[in-house]
Amino acid sequence: MSAAETTTVEAPPTRHSSPLPPPGPRRSRRSAAGVPWLLLAPTLLVLLLVLGYPLVRLVTLSFQHFGQPQLWGFKPAEWAGFGNFTTILGDGEFWSVVWRTVWFAGGAVLLTMVLGMLLALLLQRVSPWVKILVNIALVASWAMPVIVAVTVFKWMFDSDYGVLNWLLSKLPGVDFDGHNWFATGPQGLAVIMLLVVWGAVPFVAITLGAGLTQVPKELEEAARLDGAGALGTFRYVTLPILKPIIVMLTTLSVIWDMGVFPQVYLMRGGHPEPEFQLLTTYSYTKAFVVNDYGGGSAIALITVALLLGVVAVYMRQMLKIGEVE
Amino acid sequence: MKTTGMSKLGYNALGLLAFVGFGFPVYWMLNTAFKPAKDAIDPDPHFIPWPLSLENFRRALSIADFWGPVGRSLIVSLSTVGIGLVVGLLAALAISRFAFRGRKIVIVGILAVQMVPLVAMIIPVFLLLNDLGQYDKLPGLILTYLTFILPFTVWTLRGFIVNIPKELEEAAMVDGCSRTGAFVRVVFPLLAPGLVATSIYGFIQAWNEYLYALMLLSQQHQTATVWLSSFTTSHGTEYAPMMAGSTMMAIPVVILFLIVQRKMAAGLTAGAVKG
Repeated sequence: MSAAETTTVEAPPTRHSSPLPPPGPRRSRRSAAGVPWLLLAPTLLVLLLVLGYPLVRLVTLSFQHFGQPQLWGFKPAEWAGFGNFTTILGDGEFWSVVWRTVWFAGGAVLLTMVLGMLLALLLQRVSPWVKILVNIALVASWAMPVIVAVTVFKWMFDSDYGVLNWLLSKLPGVDFDGHNWFATGPQGLAVIMLLVVWGAVPFVAITLGAGLTQVPKELEEAARLDGAGALGTFRYVTLPILKPIIVMLTTLSVIWDMGVFPQVYLMRGGHPEPEFQLLTTYSYTKAFVVNDYGGGSAIALITVALLLGVVAVYMRQMLKIGEVE
Repeated sequence: MKTTGMSKLGYNALGLLAFVGFGFPVYWMLNTAFKPAKDAIDPDPHFIPWPLSLENFRRALSIADFWGPVGRSLIVSLSTVGIGLVVGLLAALAISRFAFRGRKIVIVGILAVQMVPLVAMIIPVFLLLNDLGQYDKLPGLILTYLTFILPFTVWTLRGFIVNIPKELEEAAMVDGCSRTGAFVRVVFPLLAPGLVATSIYGFIQAWNEYLYALMLLSQQHQTATVWLSSFTTSHGTEYAPMMAGSTMMAIPVVILFLIVQRKMAAGLTAGAVKG
């Protein structure tokens, strides 16, 4: 019997593996230690090739002058030092893109979380048949492929035949006939934000709903008996219990909403105007439209760096869960 | 009580509002797809697709090659999921059933790579495939899809495996099974639903992918998502056939999604509250 198998037998059922192998006979321990790495090898190899290498390349590219000639192999890439970064960080347009991205992602995350929470709470209080109807709508919008959702929203917000302009024009004193939602950046981005939120709320609402069922009824009752109102019960009983899920969902939403690309790209027909540029489309435009791959990589790298803090929070949460399971 | 009855009514009204708000885009897609094309551009919208018409579907299929892109999407998605499942299952077993030095680092790594936005990677990935001579080739695209399918598969399968009690395997081994035998006869059957759910969810992700498909394949080798998006660029805005195309793209995905939604949602939140 190998050491790993011995661990299996000895470990208490709830903890399946400690990070370190237990002390055992030296020979068998070494042979068993090879097995997990053998199992991991294919995964690690693939990830090294398709993720590790590009990640390193992204970093080196951002320190190089890399354009069309380098792409075709006519000229070797030149070392640029911090040139790409100083150019970008000194560019006023870049900073307006950063603020636009933060504003956009922040707004989308906030809306998603608040609406998701309200919906989850609402679903606990409605009649069963209403709950079924809402769940059908939620799952349908959750399942919609992003590209399909984008085309549908484009159609609904069309200036001439869009159903939304027609509907709004029905309101007394409002004329939205032929209104172009994408004439200005803020309004167009608001529509795109609506699209992102519409697609993201179902996951949040359903996940929080599942979390709410795990809040012990006795705790809520006890709080009520002690004189807490509905709001107080929510604030001091429900919210603390849901906190791990909320942290996880928020960090995931931040990562997803900072990475919004096809929504903007397709809504603007493949050529987002300057006032629609987010960090993702800006990096793409820099690289593939302007053919400055070094600059584009530098912007992508800055985006990843901006996300690192959020990712750290997410990972801490996930690892905690991993240990409890 | 009167008051609870009243508030129930209010909640139900809000619920119906949410139903309309979230369901409307889906309804509007189906409604536009199934009504005669000329009704779709009537300034006064028709809210019921009557007379039912398949004209838009025929038009969508005739505008550009539809089955080619769908076939390519199928090849890419199925291969990605197949490779991801085999390779990912081994890794998932390693991190969930073995204790070894460096396990925690591997777990952190697999979690971390899921957090890298795909968009940020497109430039080096494009250059990598260019160097490998795999630009505009399906194997190249499959390889790049593994960047998001593989870590997802490993992490999700790990979640399913740790929920299978170890005692079952141990009992089989006490009864004379080898470790591999115990896995094949005891763990694998219990894991099968998890494998199915994971692969369906992975399939949906690969099927829906847009950016890599757009950037790494030329127009003549495009996949289904790029096919749908090219409706807007090369043929102006013919919305009714476009909604028919959207419906054809969405329906298989929605059906698959319905099959796995409950299982995946449960897997995603398992243990989250306890943490």
